[in-house]
Amino acid sequence: MINLETPRKFRPFVQQAHQVAQEFLRANSRKYDLAEHAYPKELDLLASLVDGMGASGQGQGAGAAGVRRDEDDEAGSAKVKNGTNMSSVLSVIEMCWADVGLLLSMPRQGLGNSAIASVADDEQLERFKGTWAAMAITEPGTGSDSANITTTAIKDGDEYVLNGEKIYVTSGERADSVVVWATLDKSLGRAAIKSFLVPKSLPGIRVERLEHKLGIRASDTAVIVLENCRVPAANLLGNPDIDTKQGFAGAMATFDNTRPLVAGMAVGCARAALEDTRALLERAGVVIDYDRPVQAQSYAAAMFIAMEADWEAALLLTLEAAWLADNRRPNSMEASMAKAKAGRVGNDITLRCVELAGTLGYSEHELIEKWSRDSKILDIFEGTQQIQQLIVARRLLNLTSSQLR
Amino acid sequence: MVTRRDPMGIGLAVLNRIASSPAVDRLGLRRTTERAVYEGAKGGFRVAGASSRAFRRVTGGGRPTRLARTSDSGVFDLEPTEDQQMIVGVVKEFAAEVLRPGAAVAEAATDTPKEVLSQTGEFGLTLLNIPESLGGLSEDRSAVTGVLVAAALAEGDMGQAVACLAPAAVATAISLWGTDAQQQTYLPAFAGDDVPAAALAVAEPRPLFDPFDLETTAEANDDGFVLNGVKSGVVRGSEAELFVVAVELDGGGPMLVLVESSTPGVTIEADPSMGLRAAGLTRLILDDVQIPADAVLGEGSADDYRECIRLSRLAWAALALGTGRAVLDYVSAYVTTREAFGEPISHRQAVAFMVANIAIELEGMRLVTLKAASRAEQGLDFSREVALARRLAGEYGMKIGTDGVQLLGGHGFVKEHPVERWYRDLRAVGLMEGAVLV
Repeated sequence: MINLETPRKFRPFVQQAHQVAQEFLRANSRKYDLAEHAYPKELDLLASLVDGMGASGQGQGAGAAGVRRDEDDEAGSAKVKNGTNMSSVLSVIEMCWADVGLLLSMPRQGLGNSAIASVADDEQLERFKGTWAAMAITEPGTGSDSANITTTAIKDGDEYVLNGEKIYVTSGERADSVVVWATLDKSLGRAAIKSFLVPKSLPGIRVERLEHKLGIRASDTAVIVLENCRVPAANLLGNPDIDTKQGFAGAMATFDNTRPLVAGMAVGCARAALEDTRALLERAGVVIDYDRPVQAQSYAAAMFIAMEADWEAALLLTLEAAWLADNRRPNSMEASMAKAKAGRVGNDITLRCVELAGTLGYSEHELIEKWSRDSKILDIFEGTQQIQQLIVARRLLNLTSSQLR
Repeated sequence: MVTRRDPMGIGLAVLNRIASSPAVDRLGLRRTTERAVYEGAKGGFRVAGASSRAFRRVTGGGRPTRLARTSDSGVFDLEPTEDQQMIVGVVKEFAAEVLRPGAAVAEAATDTPKEVLSQTGEFGLTLLNIPESLGGLSEDRSAVTGVLVAAALAEGDMGQAVACLAPAAVATAISLWGTDAQQQTYLPAFAGDDVPAAALAVAEPRPLFDPFDLETTAEANDDGFVLNGVKSGVVRGSEAELFVVAVELDGGGPMLVLVESSTPGVTIEADPSMGLRAAGLTRLILDDVQIPADAVLGEGSADDYRECIRLSRLAWAALALGTGRAVLDYVSAYVTTREAFGEPISHRQAVAFMVANIAIELEGMRLVTLKAASRAEQGLDFSREVALARRLAGEYGMKIGTDGVQLLGGHGFVKEHPVERWYRDLRAVGLMEGAVLV
């Protein structure tokens, strides 16, 4: 039966997540936006809380982890399920309503942890439990064309020797390990790209510098250099064979699971801006009436309803992608639709909110200007707007990556 | 005592009606060509209201029958029920095999063929929101089913879909808000074999029209009310036997009244518009029309009126979903086969991204529309969700319409392809009030 309300069983947990987000993240939002690169120590306590909830089985996936698809879970059950993909997205929305940068800084909830959850085997899952893993894909010469990376991994006995430079590594300084994408043999193309869990305690891996950014300043973004870094062969995530038929699919599978989460980040961030802008507008005497035609209302009210409409569409596309994953249905196209819509409207909404709030919205007196800076990255990382459109178009029109480039 | 039908039972009831209908074989849509000649001269016509059947007035003293709310399942779910899938399957087939092929002819005739209308009557379109005890198919509110059905019809042709749904709108209004007497008087006719043409008239022909600020008035007198004003967007007004009209009660706010077409002072004027031509749009001119006091629909309450406006906007959003889907499928096939510069134009990002965005926006507006519908049938406040669905359907519906033409280039501008009609039809979505209801 069609129903798009928040699942009843998640409502109390969303309420809790909201309060946690308010107390731990929102309360420190401006502080760490101003103090870029300072370690948000308040999060350590929160992270232990989250770990504890996970260990006791009460966790609903409070961050960017917990996206593993457990194939045995209720196999054959025809019942519609609201599971961990949905609860993770709902949680991320609440956290990013509070602060995107701080969510990204959450200990042991890195994107590398998502990669581990998605592609590691059971032995690795057990061995890497408790690590805080950052994700290193992008290089100075390689962004969206991640199949083109040049960092190399050469097998030498029981180890791989890694060499290369990685940029835009979220939590690269604070995390204790990094999932590094490297090629076993550049001439074999994307099939030869593998990911390696590289503990930062190993010799040969170092943080070169930290970036100064437009937004999400609470989150550290590192440049990482690998110089003859010797990594145990057992740290290669997934299958070590070069399967040219399977190509890139294995490595990219991570993204089917993380795109809805990034969409959720954009949804949460934009909701924060909408809420505060609405309060400011209403204080200024603007009446927002859902029944009167927008044409007959003030420009500000009409604009607000238009923004809210785009926001609602982004929210529901995100929940749809998660719902499909929870019910074991393919969601690659829907995940990209969600990311594309949420990424662009998240950015558009926050910027318009600044416009509507005038110099008040532009100033650091309010957080709206901060959200409008934070939102930009959400239309870029984990696949830009344009990459999402490519994915959607290829699926929709049944085109290969060589036909629609 | 009638056994209460479960959802499966409702689906079967609909299928049975279809199976027993010989209409599938006898739909001679092409016969409407002669009509086209006659209708072509219809542009400036103005006639008195159609003579209506004598609705046998029943003095009901009891409580009106109301459809129950559906219960909140507590689970986020995008899967239609089995009976919804069945009904939509049938309606989609009808839309693909009857409405789509007949769209150009119906448009030229500025009307929907009687065969098509009678067939949707046989399907039980008008019955979906009429309670079982009054001959309908339902015990629960089924706004979601209404949305799915309207979308499926509009995937074939929006103009004919509107014509088919217009009597259902009146039946639904009486069913949701009418008094016991009104239900007993009118609903049996809508549940019968010969469904009367009927129209829900809300819009008025002026800029920035606001259904909460009407210029059509009802002035109380000893015999009831006297109506004056002009209504627009009235579907098949020249055929309609019964109107539900939105009027401003002097000083009392907007409300709905029942007006039979044979009432003196009722005039219908053709109002051909840029699109929805198969819906036979007209203006309804009310010139000192005397109606009895009990012609006020239900209690005439402000809440009922508000709900009517919201459900109507929901139906228009649903129609945009269907036509938007038609555009998406059509342009997807076109861009992958049409070649330029030695390869299909779909190989160009400028083209492919437009198609991707059509799909993204369409899916977004579909989900928001379904959320509004599901809240409506659960009895939750759905004013916000309807406003958002309307905004998306109006804005992106039109964007899809215009991109549909753009993607075909010059070919999209000529009537050889349906995209130019969809462009004209989709313009209606963001501005229409009334006419259809879910």
